[in-house]
Amino acid sequence: MRQQHLLALSLALAALSVPVLSATQPQSQPPAKTTTKKHADPAPQPPDEGERVFVRNCSRCHATPEGFSPSISGTIVRHMRVRANLSQHDEQALLRFLNP
Amino acid sequence: MRLVAIVAALLAATHASTAQNVPLISGGAAFFSSTNGGNTSFLPIFEPLIAAPIGSHLLIESRATIDESFSPKSNGQTGYNHSHFAGVTYLQGDFIASPHLTVVAGSFLVPFATYNERLSPVWISNFQDGPLTASLGTMSSGTGLGGMVRGSAISRPNYSIDYTGYFSARSGNEQFNSKRSFGARTNLYLPKERLEVGLSYGRLLQGTQENFYGLHVWWEPKDAGLKVRSEYARGHHAQGYWVEVDYRTQAFGGFNSWVGRFEPLFRMQQTFRRDTVVSDGLPLEDTQRADFGLDYNLPHNMRILTSYARQFSASNDTNVWETGLVYRFLFPAWKGKSR
Ligand code: HEC
Repeated sequence: MRQQHLLALSLALAALSVPVLSATQPQSQPPAKTTTKKHADPAPQPPDEGERVFVRNCSRCHATPEGFSPSISGTIVRHMRVRANLSQHDEQALLRFLNP
Repeated sequence: MRLVAIVAALLAATHASTAQNVPLISGGAAFFSSTNGGNTSFLPIFEPLIAAPIGSHLLIESRATIDESFSPKSNGQTGYNHSHFAGVTYLQGDFIASPHLTVVAGSFLVPFATYNERLSPVWISNFQDGPLTASLGTMSSGTGLGGMVRGSAISRPNYSIDYTGYFSARSGNEQFNSKRSFGARTNLYLPKERLEVGLSYGRLLQGTQENFYGLHVWWEPKDAGLKVRSEYARGHHAQGYWVEVDYRTQAFGGFNSWVGRFEPLFRMQQTFRRDTVVSDGLPLEDTQRADFGLDYNLPHNMRILTSYARQFSASNDTNVWETGLVYRFLFPAWKGKSR
């Protein structure tokens, strides 16, 4: 009995989240693009590698920090390289992104 | 006291650091309350972390936990029982030996599935309580004493594969309690899909000599504010899973608008006993639990966690209400030299 209730509830929740998601997705894209544009100059350049790694990786496990002193950026990236098993390439791209 | 000495020694050792590599102090401080079956307990908790690079290949990292717990006395007595805990959670040296290999030595978090290594810090987890299966594969204390190898095996624009393997000795030391065990984990991550699938294995080499198997799937679709995380773990005598869904909307002016700071959560869990041998921390009866949460992400790295859970098992059903306030901190151990 109870199992069925829980299952129904979870299904209802999942069903509810679908329209919410599809409604918000288109709206969320433009701001992401404008931020990348700020860095890109007349000649279209590939988006910064380090920024890409940052966006793809750094909010996977926890909220990204609201800002930190540049003096610890190397320490953070080394710590996260170990914790998240990042490649050396990603580590270096991140360092360049965090310390332009 | 010992901790203070360790920290002081660390800071002294790293004094010759470069501009970006100043040691950092980070962690979380929280005040939690939990009402379970009508009894309310309080738990103030402080989890400081230090990470100190030495030279270009080494990192020393350590986290400690200090907490007080106040729970109501049982048998009709009034007042609270009070207990205090302070201890080092882990203390490890990470040596980055090559682009694909980092060698870890010391006391480390057991790398089984995702909860222990990734979600257990108070400032990270969305719910105050860990999942019911958290003890499967993490060898009782959650920490190992010995060595670990880990790294990125393959990293391509469309996928990456990483690995972790460890061996731990048996230790009865009060600070570094661990079981003789070994284990390994590998993850496949697809950055475009934001999908991660991982497999874990662990073997306890003492007592019940059990094998543990884990599977996790994390999906965090791009720009959707949605996270779906799940884990299944199986031991000799019990198994279980959890699925957690977490959502933040951008529809009302972005994640940092007052609406966007709300974070509704849902977690479903089930545990099953395979026999009556109690060698793990799982409930003694088959249990189901649904957690409904609503967190609020305040500015300045503060967070409010609230949740209601209903837990069902054959002998009793309980309600668990939880609220908490969490603060995350992060700063350099000293003021860096200007570059
Ligand atoms: C695999 C999960 C994971 C990923 C991916 C990840 N982190 Fe972390 N991060 C953690 C965990 C877990 C901690 C807390 C460590 C602890 O308390 O033991 C942490 C801690 C931190 C801290 C606090 C300071 C410190 O070093 O402990 C910062 C800042 C941070 N991460 C930034 C980042 C950035 C930037 C990235 C992107 C490169 C990133 N994280 C990617 C899991 C992750």
